[in-house]
Amino acid sequence: MNPTTLRFGIWMLATPLLIATIGLGFQGLAAVNSAMFFTWGYFVEVLIAGLLQGVLYSLVALGFVLIFKASGVFNFAQGSMVLFAALTLVGFIEMGLHWTLAFVVTAGVMVLLAMVIEKVVLRPLVNQPHIILFMATIGIFYFLDGFGQTLWGSDVKLLDIGIPKDPRFILEGIFEGGILVNSFDLVAALVGAALVAVLALFFQYTRVGRALRAVADDHQAALSVGIPLKTIWVIVWSVAGIVALVAGIMWGSKAGVQFSLALIAFKALPVLILGGFTSIPGAIVGGLIIGAGEQVAEVFVGPLVGGAIQDWFAYMLALVFLLFRPQGLFGERIIERI
Amino acid sequence: MLYREAGQFKTSYSADQSIFPIRQDRIALVLFGLVAVLAVPALASNYFLETIFVPFLVFAMAAIGLNILTGYCGQLSLGTGGFMACGAFFSYKLAIAFPDLHIIVVFLLAGFGTAAVGVLFGVPSLRIKGFYLAVATLAAQFFLVWVFNKFGWWTNYSPSGVISAPPREIFPGFAVTGAQADPITKYLFLLAFVALLALMAKNLVRSSIGRSWMAIRDMDIAAEIIGIRPLWAKLSAFAVSSFYIGIAGALWAFVYTGSVEALAFQIDRSFQVLFMVIIGGLGSILGSFLGAAFIVLLPILLNNAPGLLGLRISVELISHLEFMIFGGLIIFFLIVEPHGLARLWQIGKEKLRLWPFPY
Repeated sequence: MNPTTLRFGIWMLATPLLIATIGLGFQGLAAVNSAMFFTWGYFVEVLIAGLLQGVLYSLVALGFVLIFKASGVFNFAQGSMVLFAALTLVGFIEMGLHWTLAFVVTAGVMVLLAMVIEKVVLRPLVNQPHIILFMATIGIFYFLDGFGQTLWGSDVKLLDIGIPKDPRFILEGIFEGGILVNSFDLVAALVGAALVAVLALFFQYTRVGRALRAVADDHQAALSVGIPLKTIWVIVWSVAGIVALVAGIMWGSKAGVQFSLALIAFKALPVLILGGFTSIPGAIVGGLIIGAGEQVAEVFVGPLVGGAIQDWFAYMLALVFLLFRPQGLFGERIIERI
Repeated sequence: MLYREAGQFKTSYSADQSIFPIRQDRIALVLFGLVAVLAVPALASNYFLETIFVPFLVFAMAAIGLNILTGYCGQLSLGTGGFMACGAFFSYKLAIAFPDLHIIVVFLLAGFGTAAVGVLFGVPSLRIKGFYLAVATLAAQFFLVWVFNKFGWWTNYSPSGVISAPPREIFPGFAVTGAQADPITKYLFLLAFVALLALMAKNLVRSSIGRSWMAIRDMDIAAEIIGIRPLWAKLSAFAVSSFYIGIAGALWAFVYTGSVEALAFQIDRSFQVLFMVIIGGLGSILGSFLGAAFIVLLPILLNNAPGLLGLRISVELISHLEFMIFGGLIIFFLIVEPHGLARLWQIGKEKLRLWPFPY
């Protein structure tokens, strides 16, 4: 058995134990502190809600990882790409297109955007330090925010593509009263899983996917065997754009399409550092940990310190975590040479 | 022709090490100082002083602070807003608790307090590098703002969470904070304060500690091997940077806006200061000033441009267009001159040295 599988197995076993320990800790706390409310059914409910929320974070984080892996650019604009994609989609739907058609057209727009970004921003800045490229993506962030809202207006828009939103109870046999789960979140989780599966297949089994992996591995080597970097960048930004579109649909139908969508990128950042900038599984697992941890902390610990700890809890979690593993959970081991 | 150092010989080490080794530079500096001290207050209206010069100086201070950390020591930080909030609230609590304390002492103490907080949040930098650190500093940003928002103690339990800065005088009769303060007094006070601290920063980065920061920035492992202690260098950079940023936050709250509120120090503020540093020039004190001037002036220009051109555009559209133009200009500047305005200035000086006979 190779070490990766072994480690994976250990974690599969350890995670439920860890969660149970945290639950027990809360139970103990609740016993001594009357401000805290705790039942196991409620705990599991919060946990599941958090995990499903985490899937949505992962969707945004995925876009970051794709671009960072292929071009080393820390794409701060991913959040505004989500907003822009969602706004464009809603705009086309309002023009009377069916949402599937609008999806295709918006995907086309995102590909176009990727081409423009590559041509106008990335190409002139080749070989600049990473921080300059990072700043450039902040420039893109501002530009896209303004551009999207200039085109489509800044009202809060509803996006409804027929995803069921009714809450339902599950596991009524195990916990008293069952566990409340929003079926929308379940759909989102399924879509997220499907997207990851498609991406994994694309990376593993297509010619382009192989080229993308080669570029991610080593730019110079990829260039020298004849992989066109420019095309690869367009492709990877397009893929990130389409991932942003999916994320935009999910977030948009959950919370409405509005400016604040661009800010969910901030929630994806701790996910990224937790999972590692270069790892797709990292983005998924990181999203789940952050989503669940944040939700559980807000509900059970929040009341003890005055609430609203959601804003920073994810960052603190990631920060503490980084002290032990500076490259994140699944990030490539950082090897430094003189 | 005018700008040429030929014939200026140094006869002592101290002359050789002066900040402005060229005589023309010194003359230009004195002239510039005279303009700043005499002409600006005399010619600029109160409105200009309040909306352009005062925020410019405050931002320049914050930009110097971030430039020390990011430009000189290479530690990318997005926590500037949080540290500014620290400075603002520390100075507020100090000014309220010790009404007799001189306002400058209050500011400096607030700066030292912020430096301590900065060191605390700088500790992860010993393990984490690059973008991982940038995201980690966001923890400081969100956590600190949350603390100041959440706990009423910081605002003396004011129901709205917004408090006005208490009036204080720098000399008897010359109020620099509070509603009664005269813009000219404020401006001159800021000018002197920022100029002194900028001079201190300039000397710091020329000294051995500044060189150790730059060694860490250029390659931390190599620096460690030649005997620079990363712990010491990184944490001192965090401390000095937070000191400046904290004072900038205090000045922001006390002198510029006159109100202390955590909402003024959101993540946008961090990005704003980071833009100043990048556009002005990483690793340049002068660049901090140029960047601050650029970022303060740009929105004002963009706001007024449609009016000047006689266009009628709705306010909402203007704000969206502003975003677009701002983003576009950032990208444009990065492409044209990734090393910032300070580099442009240097190139200009080189050109001037050879003018009018370039050979």
